[in-house]
Amino acid sequence: MAVKRSRGASIAIGSLGWIIALWIFFPLFWMFLTGFKSEVDAIATPPHLFFRPTLVSYAEVFERANYWHFALNTVLISVGATFVAILLSIPAAYAMAFLPGKRTKGTLLWMLSTRMLPPVGVLVPIYLIARDTHLLDTVVGLAIVDMLTNLPITVWMLYTFFREVPLPILEAGRMDGANRWQEITVVLLPLAVPGIASTALLSMILCWNEAFWSLNLTSSQAAPLTAFIASFSSPEGLFFGKLSAASTLAVAPILIFGWFSQKQLVRGLTFGAVK
Amino acid sequence: MFAFSSFCRKTVLSVLIAGTALGSGLSAAQADSTLTIATVNNGDMIIMRQLSKEFEKTHPTIHLNWVTLEENILRQRVTTDVATGAGQFDIMTIGNYEVPIWAKQKWLAEIAPTAAYDVNDILPAVRSGLTYQDKLYALPFYAESVMTYYRKDLFEKAGLKMPESPTYDQIRQFADKITDKSNQVYGICLRGKPGWGENMAFVTSMVNSFGGQWFGNGWKPMLDSAAWKAAINWYVSALKADGPPGATSNGFNENLALFASGHCGIWIDSTVAGGLLFDPKQSQVADKVGFAASPKGAYGKGPTWLWSWNLAIPASSKHTEDAQTFVTWATSKEYVQLVAREKGWVAVPAGTRQSTYDNPDYQKAAPFAAFVKNAIANSDPNGQTAEPRPYTGAQFVSIPQFQAIGTQVGQTIAAALSGQMTVDQALSASQASTTRTMRQASYLR
Amino acid sequence: MDATTMTTAPPPVRAGSTSGRKSGILLLSPAVVLLLVWSIVPLLLTLWYSFRNYNLVDPTMHGFAGFSNYWYLLTDPDFLEALRNTALLVVGVLVISVGGGTLLAVLYDQEFFGRGIARVLVISPFFVMPTVSALLWKNLMLHPIYGVYAWMMRSVGLTPIDWLQRFPMATVMMIVAWEWLPFAVLILLTAVQSLDTEQREAALLDGAGPVARFRHIILPHLSRAITVVVMIETIYLLTIFAEIMVTTAGGPGVASTNLAYMIYARALLQFDVGGASAGGVIAIVIANIVAMFLVRAVARNLEA
Repeated sequence: MAVKRSRGASIAIGSLGWIIALWIFFPLFWMFLTGFKSEVDAIATPPHLFFRPTLVSYAEVFERANYWHFALNTVLISVGATFVAILLSIPAAYAMAFLPGKRTKGTLLWMLSTRMLPPVGVLVPIYLIARDTHLLDTVVGLAIVDMLTNLPITVWMLYTFFREVPLPILEAGRMDGANRWQEITVVLLPLAVPGIASTALLSMILCWNEAFWSLNLTSSQAAPLTAFIASFSSPEGLFFGKLSAASTLAVAPILIFGWFSQKQLVRGLTFGAVK
Repeated sequence: MFAFSSFCRKTVLSVLIAGTALGSGLSAAQADSTLTIATVNNGDMIIMRQLSKEFEKTHPTIHLNWVTLEENILRQRVTTDVATGAGQFDIMTIGNYEVPIWAKQKWLAEIAPTAAYDVNDILPAVRSGLTYQDKLYALPFYAESVMTYYRKDLFEKAGLKMPESPTYDQIRQFADKITDKSNQVYGICLRGKPGWGENMAFVTSMVNSFGGQWFGNGWKPMLDSAAWKAAINWYVSALKADGPPGATSNGFNENLALFASGHCGIWIDSTVAGGLLFDPKQSQVADKVGFAASPKGAYGKGPTWLWSWNLAIPASSKHTEDAQTFVTWATSKEYVQLVAREKGWVAVPAGTRQSTYDNPDYQKAAPFAAFVKNAIANSDPNGQTAEPRPYTGAQFVSIPQFQAIGTQVGQTIAAALSGQMTVDQALSASQASTTRTMRQASYLR
Repeated sequence: MDATTMTTAPPPVRAGSTSGRKSGILLLSPAVVLLLVWSIVPLLLTLWYSFRNYNLVDPTMHGFAGFSNYWYLLTDPDFLEALRNTALLVVGVLVISVGGGTLLAVLYDQEFFGRGIARVLVISPFFVMPTVSALLWKNLMLHPIYGVYAWMMRSVGLTPIDWLQRFPMATVMMIVAWEWLPFAVLILLTAVQSLDTEQREAALLDGAGPVARFRHIILPHLSRAITVVVMIETIYLLTIFAEIMVTTAGGPGVASTNLAYMIYARALLQFDVGGASAGGVIAIVIANIVAMFLVRAVARNLEA
C-alpha cells in the first residue's frame, strides 16, 4: 500500500476495523463462553462475563449423543459429495468454457435455476425415491443429494475459472499433439488448481451446513451434525449451556478449517470470477 | 494435483466402504436385532435412554439405536416415515393425538402385553386414549394434565391466598398484584409460542372452560363465538399487562426456564412441570412453589387437558416382537422402580400407573402426586363442551386436519398477542381459515 | 427457458468446430444428465401431486383434485404476504451484504495492526450452520430477558425490545445478513486486493480524493465481484427457511413467512402434500423468472 496516511487516521481506521470485527464475531465468542457455564450461570441476568468455568455442559452433551458418530458422518458426506461434484464439474465446465455452443448459456442458466426452488417442495418425491432405492439413512444417499444440490454452483465457478485460462496455452498444447484428455489433465488442470481448490472449499462448507436434506433423509446411521444439533435445540428445563456446548462442537471443525483455508479460498477466487 | 486426487480417491473409497459396512452391519445383525427408536428430547426420555443400558444387559440379542429429536422435527420425521411405510423406525414416541388416528389407518402394530405387565394398572383415562376398537396400539410413557403453579413467597408478600380451585378472574387479579417488572417478576406466564401442541393446547383447554369449542353440529367452526372472544381477550390482556416480554416465543420449555429461574408469579401449564419445579437441582424456586387446580372460566366445566407421550410400534417395523419387548419394559412397573433407584422418586415418569401413585415413597417425594392423578382422572377428553360437539379430545381435536388448523390458528392468536391484529380480527381470520381447511377436507360442503 | 434470450454472442475466439461441439456435448453430458434426472423426475412427480388430493395423515382423501390445490393456495390471503416477505428478505439481505460488504472490503484493505486476525473474525459467521446461528441469536443474543442485547439496553436504562415479536421480518433479515455479509466481504475484499497498485497510485497522483477514488476506481472494478455475490446469495436467499423455522416459525401471524417456509408448513406441519406440491410448482416458476433476469445481468457483466 503506497497510500500515506496520518498517524491519527490510521489509528482511527484500525480501531474501526477492530470494533466491527469484534462486534460481528461476538455471538460466536459468547456461544463459546456459555458452553463452559453451568446452566444457572448461563441464564443469569445480568450475564456473567467472569464465572467459574465448568465442563458440565460438555459432559452432558457427550453423554447424550455420540458426537464422533455425527461428526464422522458429516465429514464423509461433505468430502464425498464435494469430490464427486468436482469430478463431474471439470469436464462440464471445460466444455462450456472452451467449446461453447448455442445452448451453453441456456444450460448454465437452467442448472442454476434448479438450485432456486425450496427443497421442501420436492421432499415427498425424493423421500419416496430414496425409500425405494434403499438410500434412506445412508451416507451414500445423503452424499448424492448434497452433491447434486451443489453441482450447479461448482460447475458455474469452475466455468468462470476456466474462462480465465488463455486459449493460446491450450492451443499450444494441442499443437504438440495433446488429445482432449491430455489437454485437460496436463495443460488445464495444473493451471486451474487454485480455482478448483477454492471451489472445493466452498462446496465443503455448504455441504457441512446443509440442514434440510440431512434432517429429513437420515435417522441414525447416517445422521450428520445438523441432526445432532436438532436434539439440543429446546429440551426441557434450562438448556442454554448444553445448547452452546453442542453448537460449539458442531461448528468448531468447519470454523477452524475455514480459518486455515481462508487464504486458499481467496487465492482461488482472485484467479477466477472476481478478478 | 496428484496428491490431491489420490487423497480424494481414498476418501471416496472410504465413503463407499463405510456405506457398505453400514449395510452389511445391518444384515449381520439379523440374528440379533437392532431397534431404531425415535424419541423426543424431554427429560424423562433422556433418562430412559440412559437406563436402557440395563435393558441391553438383560436382553443381549436386542441392540438399541436412538434418534433423539426436538418435538416438531420428531413429529415431521415419524409422520413422513409411517405414512410412506418407509420403515426406518421400530419404535416411535407419539402422542395420544396420533395413536387413534394412526391406528385407524393401520399404521401401528397392535400391542398385547403379558399378564405380568398388568395393563389394568394403567390409569383408565390414559389407557382409553390409546385404545382403538378395543385394541391397544401404544403404551404410555408418561401422561399429563394441566394445573396452576404459583410462587408462595410472592403471594405471601402481597397478602394473597390462592384458592384450591381459582377462576380466571381471580388469577388476573393476583397476577396484577404480584407483577414487579422492575425486578423482572412477571405475574403470569402462559404459552404463547404458536403451534397446535403449544399455545393452542392451553388456549383450547381455556376456551372449553369459558364455554367455547372448536366445532359445533355438522362440523361448523365456532371460533367467532362469544366464548372464544372472552377467552382470547382474557389471554391477550393478561399477558400484555402482566406477562414476560417475548411471550410469543415462550412455549412449555421457555416458561419452565422462566419459572424455575424466578421470573414468573403464576404459570398454568402441564402437570409434568411439577417434577422439575420441585427438584432443587433444576429449579431455583423449589421450596417456594405452590399449586392449585387449573382455573375455571364462565362455563367452568368441559374437558381440560390430557396428553400422554407413548411408545408405539409402526406396522412397517421388521422387529415387531423385539420392539414390543422393549416397549413393555420401558413402561413397566419395574422400570418405574429402576428410575426411582437410580434417579430418585421425583424423577419417576408420572401420570401412567396406579401403582406409582399408591407408592408411599412417591407420595412423599412428590407432594403434588394425588393432585395430578385427580387432574388426569377428571380431564374428561371424551366429555361434552357447552354445546354438543362432533369430536373428541381435551386440548386438541381428534381429527387428522387438526395439526393444520391448530398450527394456523395458533399463528393468528400469536399475532393478536403481539399486537399485530385485534382479538376480533384474529378470531374472524381464524374462523375463515378453519372453514377453508374443513371445506378442503370435505367435512363441510 | 428460451436459449436465444441468453446468447450475448459467445466470444468468437472460442467458437468450436463441429467435432469440438460433439466432444463438448460428451463432456457436458454426465453433469447435465444427472441434473436433468435430479430436477425432472421430482418435478414431474411434484406436478402430478399438485393435481391430486394427497394428505399424508389422511389417506381417506385421495383422487384427482383438478386445480383445487392451486385455487386454495392462490386465494389464501397468506400467499401474497409470503411472496412479499420472500422479496423483502432477498432484497434486504442483498442490500445489506453488498453495501456493507463493499464498505468493509475497503476498510479491511487498509493496513492496520492485526488486520489478518480481524479479517478472519469478520468472515467467521459464514462457516456457521444456519440452525446454529439462528439458535444463537434467538437465545443468547436477542432473548428479551437473558439475552446480551437486552442486558445492554437495560444497563443504559432502556426497556429491552423483544425483537422477534416486534420486528420479526427485520430481525430474521438481520440474522441472515449476519451469515451472508461475511461471504460478501470475502469475495469483495479479494476483488479490491486485485486492483493493481499502479492504478491506485495513478489516481492518487491525479489528486483524486478518497470518495472520488472509491467511486471511479474501486466501484467499477468491483462490479463483477458484486454480480458474483448477488448471484450466489440469491440462490440461497430464495430458499431460506431454517432461520425462520428456528426463530419465529413464520410468525407472529404470517409476519415472517416466506414462500419456502409456507411450503414447508404445508408439507411438514399440515402434511398436505398436494398443497405443498402446488406451492413447489409456483416456486419453480418464480425461480426461473428470477434466474432469467439474474443470469442475463451476470452474463452481461461477465462478458464485458
